[in-house]
Parts: sequence; structure tokens; C-alpha cells
Amino acid sequence: MEPVSEKITLDNQLADWYFSNRDLLMSSSSSVFNSVRPAAMESFRKLGIPDASFENYKSTNIPKIFLSPLNRYIEEKKILFSVDDLFHCDIPELDTELVLIVNGWFYENRPRLQVLPGGMIVGSMAEAARQYPDLIKAHYSKYADYEKDGLVALNTAFAQDGTFIYVPRGAGSDRAVQIVNVLLSPEDLFVQHRNLVIVEEGATARVVVCDHSLSARQFLTNSVTEIYLGPNAHLDYVKLQNENDNCNQISTSFVHQERASDAIFNTITLHGGMIRNNVYTCLNGEGASNQTLGLSLVDETQHIDSYTFVDHAAPNCTSNQNFKYILDDKATAAFTGRILVQPNAQKTLAYQTNNNILMTSDARVSTKPQLEIYADDVKCSHGATVGQLDPMAIFYLQSRGISVREARLLLMYAFGHEILGKISVEPLRERLSDLVDKRLRGELSRCNSCPLHCQETC
Amino acid sequence: MNGDQDPILKQVTQGEYKYGFVTDLENDALPKGLNEEIVRRISAKKEEPEWLLEIRLKAFRYWLTMKTPEWAHLKIPPIDYQDIIYYSAPKSNKPTGGFEDVDPELLKTFDKLGIPLNEQKHLSGFAVDAVMDSISVKTTFKESLGELGIIFSSFSDAVREHPDLIKKYMGSVVPYRDNFYAALNSAVFSDGSFVYIPKGVRCPMELSTYFRINAANTGQFERTLIVAEEGAYVSYLEGCTAPMRDENQLHAAIVEIIAHTDAEVKYSTVQNWYPGDKNGKGGIFNFVTKRGICLGDRSKISWTQVETGSAVTWKYPSCILRGESSVGEFYSVAVTNNYQQADTGTKMIHIGKNTRSTIVSKGISAGKGQNSYRGLVRVTKNADNARNYSQCDSLLLGDQCGAHTFPYIEVDNETAVVEHEATTSKIGEDQIFYCNQRGIDTETAIGLIVNGYAREVLNKLPMEFAVEAQKLLQISLEGSVG
Repeated sequence: MEPVSEKITLDNQLADWYFSNRDLLMSSSSSVFNSVRPAAMESFRKLGIPDASFENYKSTNIPKIFLSPLNRYIEEKKILFSVDDLFHCDIPELDTELVLIVNGWFYENRPRLQVLPGGMIVGSMAEAARQYPDLIKAHYSKYADYEKDGLVALNTAFAQDGTFIYVPRGAGSDRAVQIVNVLLSPEDLFVQHRNLVIVEEGATARVVVCDHSLSARQFLTNSVTEIYLGPNAHLDYVKLQNENDNCNQISTSFVHQERASDAIFNTITLHGGMIRNNVYTCLNGEGASNQTLGLSLVDETQHIDSYTFVDHAAPNCTSNQNFKYILDDKATAAFTGRILVQPNAQKTLAYQTNNNILMTSDARVSTKPQLEIYADDVKCSHGATVGQLDPMAIFYLQSRGISVREARLLLMYAFGHEILGKISVEPLRERLSDLVDKRLRGELSRCNSCPLHCQETC
Repeated sequence: MNGDQDPILKQVTQGEYKYGFVTDLENDALPKGLNEEIVRRISAKKEEPEWLLEIRLKAFRYWLTMKTPEWAHLKIPPIDYQDIIYYSAPKSNKPTGGFEDVDPELLKTFDKLGIPLNEQKHLSGFAVDAVMDSISVKTTFKESLGELGIIFSSFSDAVREHPDLIKKYMGSVVPYRDNFYAALNSAVFSDGSFVYIPKGVRCPMELSTYFRINAANTGQFERTLIVAEEGAYVSYLEGCTAPMRDENQLHAAIVEIIAHTDAEVKYSTVQNWYPGDKNGKGGIFNFVTKRGICLGDRSKISWTQVETGSAVTWKYPSCILRGESSVGEFYSVAVTNNYQQADTGTKMIHIGKNTRSTIVSKGISAGKGQNSYRGLVRVTKNADNARNYSQCDSLLLGDQCGAHTFPYIEVDNETAVVEHEATTSKIGEDQIFYCNQRGIDTETAIGLIVNGYAREVLNKLPMEFAVEAQKLLQISLEGSVG
């Protein structure tokens, strides 16, 4: 079949799926979700699943991952498993509020929505929309623009559940909220969760997101996360992607920052099939600062594609994007980053860099760091490199009695550490460093593709 | 500082376009519009052989199926391709005449532009092919170059005299299917230059083409073809100007370069088409496809461009590095002032082993100008040890202009080393202060800084051009900065 007609068929299938399930969707959800559903669907029908004709999706064949017939869940299916099993996946020595999302649905290992001491609210997105409709309404679908991206439109049209985090004014503790997105199903599955993080004025939040798959099935995740930071708010957000290589993931995050807020958005990718991460940042208030970071270690036939867009809409803001890839085997990677400095955003400092190491001749990378600047009193720069490990450095280490293999590992570890070093929660940083180290040594098993489910590391 | 700078900025950005005069010449022009008949008539006017007409017609039919490219960061009003005269020639010109046959009006025009066509008047080693509107007016030093076996002539003469070479190389680097404007050019191109440097010959003088649009409502579509045989060397220059007119005029050219083993071609452009007035009225739309191929091992192609003119510039001089150890270079200074827009850059396609490329792009935006760098570095699977270094800097001289960078890097080989870096900033107040403190006034200081900023590229130009380019840079930015 022609790719174009394939895409049309696919778009129609997804639209049909929506219309045949519309009543069910509407009746089981809050009006907050339902009020934007029709417009989002309308927009999806216009845009469709982005294919290579969309400049920003050129390097990743999105229609392809949609083509495999996947069971699509509208209704929550109860999957029972022991939470204790999952604690292997946890990061030890890290005291967190654990939220489990199974196949995109909140898992009731804790109250559906809980007000923690200090006023922080953590729980299910669906429940939050029921209990706090006004709060959700003020932010839901305000930052995620479904008119520009068909995948965001699709998610918005089907949005039902996900994680909700609310940190009231001035509140916040060092205790992180850990969201574990688990994929666990006896059959292939398409998952779309929708998340919202609200950090009010002066509040602080730490969020750790771990994506895992526990069945050796094919999964496709299309998630959207909206994050709002009020004036002077702080957010430390770390996302760890470690699914099996049959799992394809599209994750789109929108970070909206007000005056003098400060956010770190860090994505660490270890295993997974085809992964596309979109991070849209809008610096909407003076003096806001943002760091969007990424480290990906990919091998075999993995594909990682990161897209970042930093919109400097206010003066005196600072942004820093740093993405590092190590590619082995036949892995392919793409990076597209854009800094937009709007006409009034004077005194902007923006920096963007993408460094890649190719380990084999079959690995492929394409990178597009872009600047779009409409203000003059700015300092913006970007850089991109593609290369190998420095043979001189390896030789130096060898001359100190370190084996070639160790030397290479050391250098790769050092390469990745620039990103890992930015993680502020110490036990998490150590755990992730350890995971990266193991991953580089090839010791981090793809536990989910293994029938034994030993899960010793993930 | 702003208080001081504003009047100076104004003064600098509002410099007059010096080449805006119109020469009163009788023109032999075809009617407006584009259809197969026009294509046939252009071909007939030029007394072209059948095969060339075939190419034109193929290109024209293909062009009809194409859409205007819209991916560039440019705002271009829709162009009515039926409202353009596709062929216009100064009437009194005789096709192959010597110096005496050239219309004195024309000679005066080129004298005024500082391009003496009288060989006696030449001080330095420049051979010039002067192109006015659609046709080549005069090619100087043709004979003395001929003694070395070098062919330097207008494209039409070359079609007549060296059909085999033209047949072999025309369209081999930029096929008519390449893009919208290449197809258009292939259908209606009128003239241009042809250069052939035989094996082992080092061209003793700089070859140069001077393009001038004179007639109103015409588009200019020329093509240049440069072939350097084994071990040959040539340095080629291109300059262009146009009269000041209120309506936009279209210029869509093709340049093809073929470098065989050990050959080196250096192509320099000082583009100074009329940029439009300070309200953005008029000016040339400049859509150019320039590409060179390093066919042989150790060959080298180097592009240097100083882009100060045109209302819209859409231009990506590229190198296909096919031969082993071949080298591609791209040095560019692009200035956009007032309402000018430029989307320019390069493509470096590494195919051969040990190929190297360097990209240095300096953008300067002032007024309401929008300046974009767009470039591609591709390292294909077999291009072992390919090396690229790209540097794209933008300088902003005003709070209403824009500077954008869109680099594409695609690497398919582990041994490749590709580096790209870009910066955007305005002139540092500390730098200006430093100059002031040493007794240099702000205008001169800004001039110094801009020149220093562009120096890396200007240094790559042949001497005479470098001086002109430096002056141009100052005029283009006059008022906005020195």
C-alpha cells in the first residue's frame, strides 16, 4: 500500500474508533475532559498521525508504529499483580510517594486521590477532575496545543486517566513523587495517559517518572503531560524510560513557566523500541529558567528521537538544553531542538547542545539544532557534534594500565555523567548512575523480554 | 549608549543603493508570460540546436507539475509567473562582435559599474563576461585565454562552439528536476557563462561574470557551468546589480561546477542586487541553485559569498564530495537590512572517503531584516573519516530584526567527525566602549567590529573583491552600523 493511503486509512481508523466509543468515553469521564474532546478530535481529523511530510517528524516513522493491530482500551481492565513485585523496580533508599499507573490507569495501591500533609494532592487524574473540576479546568489543555500536533490531539480526544499532582502555594517537601508507568497485559496494547502537574507560586516539587513494561507484548504509549509552574516555583522532573524493545513510546510534555520559576526536565532513556520525546517549554514570565536535558543509551534496532522547543516569551529568561546520545549496533537517533526568542524577550540567555557518539558503522544520527531569534539583546548559541571516543584518551588510559574495554566504558560513563550530574536527589542520582553504568556494560537485562521475569535490575 | 547609537544606526542603514540607475537601451524582448510557445521562441532566438530545446521543454513540462517551495523561513508574496518577461536583450548587441561592436551605451553602463570591458583599461588580471538582462554582452580576454586551451565564453556561444561539453555536463549536477526554480531556469534560461579549464592548466587570471538586470518587468535566468579537468585550477567571481524599481523582479539562476581529480575551483560571489527601498518596496527575488561536484579524488570546491542585496535571497551553494579526500568549503557573509530576507546556507554531502568540509557563515541583521542560515551536512555510509566543521554566527543590530539558524546534520558513518556551533548576539557594549575609550567614535567602532566579524570570510575573497565587499558591507549597513 502507498504510504499516503496507509496514513489516511490509519487516521480514519482512529477517528472511527473515537466515534464508536464516544458515548462510553463521555459517560465515564468528567466534563473537564469531555468539553475539549470534540475540538481535539476535529483537530486530529485535520492533522492526522504525523508522517514524514511533517518537518518535525521527518526522522521518525510514526505511522509505522501505529500500524500493528493493537487492542485499544477504552474501559479500564483490572490487571491484578502484587505491588511487592514492583518494588524491585523502585529506587532503593529513596523515600517517595509512589503512584502506580498500569496501562495508563491509576492503580489502587493507595487512595485514588490523597491530600498529603502540607496540602499537596497526589493521585488519579480522572478522580481529580471529578473532585476539583475548577482547578483542573484552569490548566487542563491550556498548554498542550492540540491544534498543532495530531498526537496531542489524539491523546486529548481519548484522555481519561493518568497522574495528577498539585502543590499548593509555598508548599513542598524534599520527598519526591514517584510515578511508575507499568505496561502489563496479556495482549498487545495501546495506552494513552494524560498527566497534569501544577506547582503553585513559591512551591517546590520533585517528580520521578519511571516507564516500565512487565510483559513481553507490543505496547504503544502516546502520553501527554502538562506542567504548570507558578511564580517562583521549582520543579525537578526526571523521567526514566526503560521498557522492552517491543514498546514504542511517544511522550509529549508541555512545561509552562511563570516569573522566576525554575525547572529541570531530565529524560534518561535506557531501553525501549521506537521512542519519541517531545518537550515544549514556554518561559512566560520574566526571569524564569529552564534546563531540558536528555541522555540516551541505545543499541540493537532502537530508535530515539527527541524534539525540544523552548519558547522565550518573556525577557531575562535562561534556558539550557543538553542532549547526549550513545548509539551502538544498528540504533538510530534524531534530535531536533528549537529556541524561539520572541521580539520582546530581551536579555535572553539560551543554550542548546547535542552530542553524539557512534559506536558502530550501522548506527545513524541526524541532528537539527535550531535558533529562531527576534530580539537583539540576547546571547544564544547552539552546538552539535557527532564523533567517536577519543583514541588519544583511550590510549592514555591504557598507558595507565586500564584495559581498552574499561577505558571505553570510563569515557562513555564520563560522557553521560554531565547529564546525570544534574539530578538533584542524591539516591536517585546514584541509582541512575549505577543503571547507566550497568547499561553500558550490557549487564542491564531486558528483563521483560526474558520469560523468567527475574527483574533483578529494573 | 543607545542615544548615541540610534542616529548612527539610522545613518548607516539608510545608505543609498549606488547602482540603482537605469540605462536607456532599446530592448528586444519577448512578450510577458510563460508557455511552451515562449520557451520555443527563446530557444529559436538563440538559434539553439534541437537537443537543447528538448531539455527546455522537458524542464518546462516538469515545472508545471511543481509547487513553489515554502519551507524556507521567508515571507514571499505570490509571484505571478505570467507577469514576467522571460527574454529581453539589449537590441544593438551583435552576437559575436568584438569590442568595437558593443553599444557605447552598454560600455558606459559597465564603466559606471566599475567593470571596464575595454581590455586595455584592465589593470589586474581579470577576464570579464558581462551579462545584461538575458544575454552576454561581451567576454574579455577570450583570445589570450584560448591560447592556454581555456574556454571562457557566454553560454550561448559555448552551445554553438562546444556542444559536446555542454551536452555532457549541463544538468549533471543540477538536473532540471532538482527544484522549482531549477526547473524554471532550465526551461527559460537565456545566457550565462561557460568555463572549461583543460587538464593541468592553472588559469592565470580571475574569471568573472558581471550580471546586470536593466529592463523592467523582466526576470533574469542565467546559468553558469564550470568544468575543471584533472589538476586544473580556476578562481571565478560573480557580481550583480540591478536598477531601483518599485516592483519586485525575479532572478533564478543555476550554477554548476565539476571538479575532476586534483582540480580546484574557487567560486566567489558578491551579490548586490537591488534590495528594495527602506520600506521594503521593490527589490530582487533571488532564487539560486548553486552546486558543485568534486568528482575526482583530491579535488576541491570552495564557495565564498557576500550577500548584501536582494529583497529575498534563497540560495544554498552546495558541494557533493564524491572523490576520495575531496574538500568542500563554504564561506558566507549575509547582510539583511530594512525589510530584506535571506535564507541561505549550504549542503555538504560526503560520499567519498576522507572527505572534508568547512562551513563558516556570518549573518548580520539590521532594521527589520530576517536572516536565516539553513544547511545540511550529510555523511553517507561509505564516507569513512569524513570531517566537517561548521560555524554559524549571527549578529543582531537592532531590536526588530531576526537571526535564525537551521542546521541539519545526518551522519551514517561511525568514523565521521561532525561539529556544528552557532552563536547569536548583538555587538557588545563593552567592545564599543573599549573603542570609544581609545578615541574611536561609535560609528567607526561598529564598522570595525562588523568588519572584524566578517573578516574570516572576506579574507577568502580575491583582493579586489575583498575591498569591494568591505565597502559594500559598510554601505549596506550604513546608518544601522558602520
